[in-house]
Amino acid sequence: MVRFNRFTLANGLKVLVHEDKTTPMAVVNVLYDVGARDENPNQTGFAHLFEHLMFGGSENIPAYDEPLQRVGGENNAFTSNDITNYYITLPAVNIETAFWLESDRMLNLAFSEKSLDVQRQVVSEEFKQRYLNQPYGDVWLKLRPLVYKKHPYQWATIGKELSHIENAKIEDVKAFFKKHYNPQNAILVVGGDVDTAQVKVLAEKWFEPVPSGEKYHRNLPKEPEQVEERREVVVGKVPLNSLYMAFHAPGRMEKASYPVELLADILSRGNSSRLYQTLLKEKQLFSEIHAYLSGSLDEGMLVIEGKPLETVSIEQAEAAVWEELEKLKTELVQENELMKVKNKTESTLIFTEMSLLEKGMNLAYFELMGDADNLNHETEKYLAVTAEEIREQSRKIFRRENLSTLVYLAEEVAETLVA
Amino acid sequence: MLNRTLAPKFHAIEEFTLIRPQEIQLDNGCKIFYFNSGEQELVRLEWIFNNLNFITSRPLSNIAVNTLLAEGTTSRTAAQIASEIDFYGAFLQVEYGADHSQVTLYTLNKHLKATLAVIKDILINATFPEKELQTYIRNQQQKLQVSLQKNDVVGRRTFNKALYEGTIYGFAPEAEDYAQLKQDDLLLHYEQQYQPANCTLVIAGKVDENVMETISDFFSDWQNRITADFTRPDVNKIAGKLIYIEKPNALQSAVRLGTSTINSKHPDFPGLQVLNTVLGGYFGSRLMANIREDKGYTYGIGSAIVSMKKTGTFFIATEVGAEVCREAIQEIEKEINLLKTVLIPEEELSLVRNYMLGSLLGSLENVFSHADKFKNLYFSNVDYSYYDRYAETVKNITSEELKALANQYFDFDGFVKVIVGKY
Repeated sequence: MVRFNRFTLANGLKVLVHEDKTTPMAVVNVLYDVGARDENPNQTGFAHLFEHLMFGGSENIPAYDEPLQRVGGENNAFTSNDITNYYITLPAVNIETAFWLESDRMLNLAFSEKSLDVQRQVVSEEFKQRYLNQPYGDVWLKLRPLVYKKHPYQWATIGKELSHIENAKIEDVKAFFKKHYNPQNAILVVGGDVDTAQVKVLAEKWFEPVPSGEKYHRNLPKEPEQVEERREVVVGKVPLNSLYMAFHAPGRMEKASYPVELLADILSRGNSSRLYQTLLKEKQLFSEIHAYLSGSLDEGMLVIEGKPLETVSIEQAEAAVWEELEKLKTELVQENELMKVKNKTESTLIFTEMSLLEKGMNLAYFELMGDADNLNHETEKYLAVTAEEIREQSRKIFRRENLSTLVYLAEEVAETLVA
Repeated sequence: MLNRTLAPKFHAIEEFTLIRPQEIQLDNGCKIFYFNSGEQELVRLEWIFNNLNFITSRPLSNIAVNTLLAEGTTSRTAAQIASEIDFYGAFLQVEYGADHSQVTLYTLNKHLKATLAVIKDILINATFPEKELQTYIRNQQQKLQVSLQKNDVVGRRTFNKALYEGTIYGFAPEAEDYAQLKQDDLLLHYEQQYQPANCTLVIAGKVDENVMETISDFFSDWQNRITADFTRPDVNKIAGKLIYIEKPNALQSAVRLGTSTINSKHPDFPGLQVLNTVLGGYFGSRLMANIREDKGYTYGIGSAIVSMKKTGTFFIATEVGAEVCREAIQEIEKEINLLKTVLIPEEELSLVRNYMLGSLLGSLENVFSHADKFKNLYFSNVDYSYYDRYAETVKNITSEELKALANQYFDFDGFVKVIVGKY
């Protein structure tokens, strides 16, 4: 149970307060309702590049990190396809510093050319480090456009290509800020050793003077239903073949996402899961195999990825995966197995409450999805899932015409195949 | 009118309270330390074992025994162990380090007895079935092929090997090491290492009397088996050198450089931590400010000091654009030399002091973190006064003292420098 109080400032900023007196620390989490899905298709990677620029100084404060470190605080941020989330942890006695810093960069950034120059380079290096200079690093750059033909989930948060980041202009940065970074598009969560009354005073002092700006109305293209199987084979400098099977699946906002989360757990959570036990241990076909949901707010995907053993062909590997998927479509999951994945979900949610920062982030995210209080009803929604619902979802999802397969072949293996 | 250019008043962190454990010892020698605190009905238990003396002819024993602990016992298959743990919503982890190996259980209190039964079985009756061993060997060999394509992994392996060849600190498994694993060797290693007299059990969470009684009951009939050798040879310091592993198509080069150094038992260790923080230990550090935030050569760069039983390691690690690798290393050298020649300005030092104290406070998030702090002390053979000295040093160390430490411990020419990529 994560208790909280909630109020809205005159400028539209939603504020949530979670009092936790067991810690001397405080968390200040600011979620902006903007992610890579909101980017122009010709300027991808922008939300993430922008996240970097948020640390380059604001209108009245030349450096963001330095004053925070001076009061014993730490901070970071992440960008996903859906949201951009900034968070600070600091000793609760110094909480006003966080209000000062976060409100000033919501008010206006410094927009320096030097900062843009450097962060373009830093993000280019991040692109190389994570996506280009790693075996299989570019998988998501290839898989997303295979799965999504219309929806902007077709590009990764880092962007489609390096040139989009390299060509970013200061005018574009300013326009992006104006469109997305204002109180109406943000949620502030304050947690830890704080009082709601004190937070209210600080929020009114620092955030309420920030002009409310324009509300951004999202109107993204819907992904049309896939009607035939898609397949792409790439050959690269990787040591082993790798298989990626991506099915369209419900997004996080849909009720069906609960049975589908449990479905993914049955397939792949823990060493007792089906894919691990059957395909890796018993049949000895894979050295690694995982299944997971993308967890996105709009149309999601369920991905099964695995590395077959060197003696196993891609076709054999796919056939073995399908055999497991077919079972889920025909047979009902046994009571014991269903109870197992429910128990795991329940205990995970309880363990998550050990972390103040996670509680703060979760409150912000659930508030974005409609109501932070839903965080406290997650467990019951999972517990209510039936074996029939899981079978129904399996039948909907595990269809050939709902599947995009990416086969990543190791160069040497590919050569022998040609010979 | 609100003046946004003025920072709000702030308070220096004066004190922090560490929760200390209660302690009991079972007749079989197993020491138990427990921390009873926390709101949630859950508990974390860690069974921690000293590693055996490193034998170069069977270098993988420590790792393989630990990793395969839950792969079968005299009465349970690997699949049964996994199902039982998963069914109760618990988490079982095995982990190994250079000095210790451990089994960790996270469970809700209501399932403690059921999950403890599985752990006890693993600790007493593991069998390392041949079939599971072969699966492990094959899959690890495949994973190794992928890891060896990552420049940062190759850099880390090469660096540790250069500093600590022939000891457990420098060991990095090769495919052949996996192939040589034998069930009998693993069983012998298991019997020697996983004994109650070699076990420290650290428990944190909702640990009331009932919980302690349950645990004592469970493990009181656990018997010691045979004598074992837990000695560690001393580590010799290696002269500086450059090791360049060329990867012609690399977009980035992985760089790792540093040296063996003092560990937390040494009185200079807290001061060296302050110096390291200034150099590369936080986001605003000199290395980050220069090489990322000013030059844009990298996504990230940092430095750290790691304390182990017989040694400490100081290292700087980064992945930099292949075309600017040489410049980046020159900048690193420049930053090291600046610490040795120019006093750290008080403005910067006071920021680092506050940052480090805030970090320490922030690292005490929940009862698990208090247990982690205790483990750091206990396994380094230092007592709780260490954190008092640490806080004193962070608050009071002078720029002159830090400059002297830089001259004593940082010698760029004496560093082992590993570059994987282009140079």
